[in-house]
Amino acid sequence: MALGLGTAHADYTLNLMKGVTKVSNDIYDLHMLILWICVFIGIVVFGAMFYSIFHHRKSKGHVAAQFHENTTVEIIWTIIPTLILVGMAIPATKTMLELSDVEKSDMTIQVTGHQWYWDYKYLDSDIHFESHLDEASERVHRTVGADPRSVPNYLLNVDKPLVIPVHKKVRFVLTSTDVIHSWWVPDLGWKKDANPGFINEAWTLVDKPGTYRGQCTELCGRDHGFMPIVVIAMEQVDYDAWIAKTLEQQKQKPDLSDQSRQQLLAHGESVYLKNCVGCHQIDGTGVPGLIPALTGSAIATGKWESLDGFLRAGTSKMPKFEKLNAKEFAELMTYVRNSLGNKVGDELQPKQTALPDDDE
Amino acid sequence: MSAVVDEHDHDHHADDHHDHGPAKGLLRWVITTNHKDIGTLYLLFALTMFFVGGAMAMVIRAELFEPGLQFVDPAFFNSMTTMHALVMVFGAVMPAFVGLANWQIPLMIGAADMALPRMNNMSFWMLVAGVLLLASTLFMEGGAPNGGWTLYPPLVLQPITVGKALPFAIFSVHLLGISSIMGAINIIATIFNMRAPAMKLMDMPLFVWTWLITAFLLIAVMPVFAGAVTMLLTDKFFHTSFFNAAGGGDPVLYEHIFWFFGHPEVYIMILPTFGVASTIIPVFARKPLFGYASMVWATASIAFLSFIVWAHHMFTVGLPLAGELYFMYATMIIAVPTGVKVFNWTATMWKGAMTFETPMLFSIAFVVLFTLGGFTGLMMSIAPSDFQYHDTYFIVAHFHYTLVPASVFILMAAGYFWLPKWTGHMYNEKIGQLHFWLSVISVNVLFFPQHFLGLAGMPRRIPDYAVQFADWNMISSVGGFIFGASQLLFLYIVIDTIRGGTGEKVSDEVWEDASKHSLEWTLPSPLPYHTWTTPPVSVPTEHVLDSH
Repeated sequence: MALGLGTAHADYTLNLMKGVTKVSNDIYDLHMLILWICVFIGIVVFGAMFYSIFHHRKSKGHVAAQFHENTTVEIIWTIIPTLILVGMAIPATKTMLELSDVEKSDMTIQVTGHQWYWDYKYLDSDIHFESHLDEASERVHRTVGADPRSVPNYLLNVDKPLVIPVHKKVRFVLTSTDVIHSWWVPDLGWKKDANPGFINEAWTLVDKPGTYRGQCTELCGRDHGFMPIVVIAMEQVDYDAWIAKTLEQQKQKPDLSDQSRQQLLAHGESVYLKNCVGCHQIDGTGVPGLIPALTGSAIATGKWESLDGFLRAGTSKMPKFEKLNAKEFAELMTYVRNSLGNKVGDELQPKQTALPDDDE
Repeated sequence: MSAVVDEHDHDHHADDHHDHGPAKGLLRWVITTNHKDIGTLYLLFALTMFFVGGAMAMVIRAELFEPGLQFVDPAFFNSMTTMHALVMVFGAVMPAFVGLANWQIPLMIGAADMALPRMNNMSFWMLVAGVLLLASTLFMEGGAPNGGWTLYPPLVLQPITVGKALPFAIFSVHLLGISSIMGAINIIATIFNMRAPAMKLMDMPLFVWTWLITAFLLIAVMPVFAGAVTMLLTDKFFHTSFFNAAGGGDPVLYEHIFWFFGHPEVYIMILPTFGVASTIIPVFARKPLFGYASMVWATASIAFLSFIVWAHHMFTVGLPLAGELYFMYATMIIAVPTGVKVFNWTATMWKGAMTFETPMLFSIAFVVLFTLGGFTGLMMSIAPSDFQYHDTYFIVAHFHYTLVPASVFILMAAGYFWLPKWTGHMYNEKIGQLHFWLSVISVNVLFFPQHFLGLAGMPRRIPDYAVQFADWNMISSVGGFIFGASQLLFLYIVIDTIRGGTGEKVSDEVWEDASKHSLEWTLPSPLPYHTWTTPPVSVPTEHVLDSH
């Protein structure tokens, strides 16, 4: 027990957390109610059993009674549990009705699960972004012997958190582009699966501004453990300011000016860690039998134009990377061709990789 | 006892010229149709797989000992959780209970052998083939299946997730399914047709009753699982779209089909334990089982309910409200017959004259710890609460409590209880007690902290975790290593007992007054190769109504 106790326990708990919504508090109360009923039943049943174990021993000279079959007793211990169950079902039903009531929401956010990140689309404004595991966790969890305690909020931090206003009923519509994921933030009180090709609904109404962390909870492949969720709940004013700022940032064109080789490689590594590392691995060696290596790959180290086309088109195994901009393409390709054991020796500038309509 | 006619085969060798012993040499074990030999094969195979699956669990606990990446790649970690589950469910627990059934059912009902001895042999060897096929995927390009034992699509169909293993795993499931169905048919046929004429259904020992009910569950659901994985196969290789939304299918359909199999499946692993506990506890309490008839009806009710609660594994997949409520209520009801069982065991112990040999210790630990697993099961049946618990370590703790200190402990209890009868040798009680105490302490160190982890927010099936989960994971791993190592004592005891044990010659009854409870204790120890070639004329009546 003493071995690991030196760690920081930001959210160290033994019990379910109460959370920051009415629903999560109701669920907490239900949890405690049923837990205490179980503890009570446990004390009665195990109490009787252990009394018997201590007193009704042959070694103490106890002689076995031979009674058995008593219909009255049997009826009693069938009816009492049934009544207790009814008592549990009433508050449970109330909370269930509350949980499933997505009507009259103030805003809607579409949550899409991907291997292995989330993307959020605010259906009432034009905001749309991806939310990936932060780079510091990404590096540490892929390196044998690296120290997770050196990373704040290890594995529970993202590059771009989901931002919502407090005191507003936020409706979520959840789906997936590849496999089944599940979106869970314990402080909100629920998780909901994101199924490919289907849409699920859920909602929340956060009372307290703050940062709330969660994770994907449906096994979704090798990096299932590495797609966290961070929700920041803000006061309405702050939220409005965030919306304005984010919309402004989204409108900005990528900076297509030339970069030094070092800059290209450093930025390229970030793009790689966000988009490629899950499959092709941190050293570019891929996974034998499943995922091709980039190290020494003819496509990666061949003509850059064909690599560019390959990335944009995708394959049956690999998604299309049209979402990357010219800057990111230049950085990523420079990185892949001159790192991960490859030494093509070229460098690609954003202007080279820009498509005609990127220039506007 | 007095009612049993003392006419066993060893008493009438003279007129039994076709009576013969086992075949010579190793071929005996390949071609045998003897229920005792096949029971032994099943049990030894299950014990081997218990250690194979256990080794996989050790890999999992080693990686989770500390946060960060230590030993294995995440995909291999996922293969380990997947294979650990499949090996333990289909290779260890289920075959172990079939092994017990093979040994015990004919002895307990006064039958000379199983009804279909050749099929019995075939179902064992098909099990071996199925498990070997599954194990072979560990060495294939792309590794063993790593989409979880539930094999949810689209994940298991994905070219970046699974390599060549999928069709082998599916064929393996087919073989295991056929094996289980043949085993179940055999058990049903034996129980219905081979009982001693004096034994009515309501005279049967509870172990026989629980297995009869389990066998019907197996026949009902194994084909469903076979169907589900066949649909995976055609989706993968023949361009069907059962589970692919782009082709008009639905991945959630798979979850419904899987859990229609999966929920009865988990009861297949627990109902026979009820039978064993109901056999052992009365013997060591020196009292009849408190409510024989209600135990039979409770088992049947649990089996029936198991068919209509499957979607409680799916509360968060997006069920309609009516579905959530129905499956919540239906699941909660299971607590009633399960409670009846626990109350009955307690009432059986009440005012008994108990002694605490190893089988009794494991049985008491079973009642207590299975009840703990039942409590968390009740908590999870509350759908809104399950929106928090689902797919976390709370669930892992729950089902391991119902499987390890429940199913596995009862298998251990059964081993200690019947090995002396089967071999004629007494096991070493001191080492047995040591094994029990090490197991019961370490299993709680292993699994109890996982409740805390789940409630604190740790999802299951992750190879690495946030640092606030570090302490309990470390404690859980330490418990795991001790539990794993302790089981080597059981292996030692099994081998030692077969080879002579304490050297003490056991009596026919082995345990005081055991023959009042069940027929096998009226036979000689060790058991001759053939038993009940003449059925017993009457049967013990102690466990049934006085009016009988």
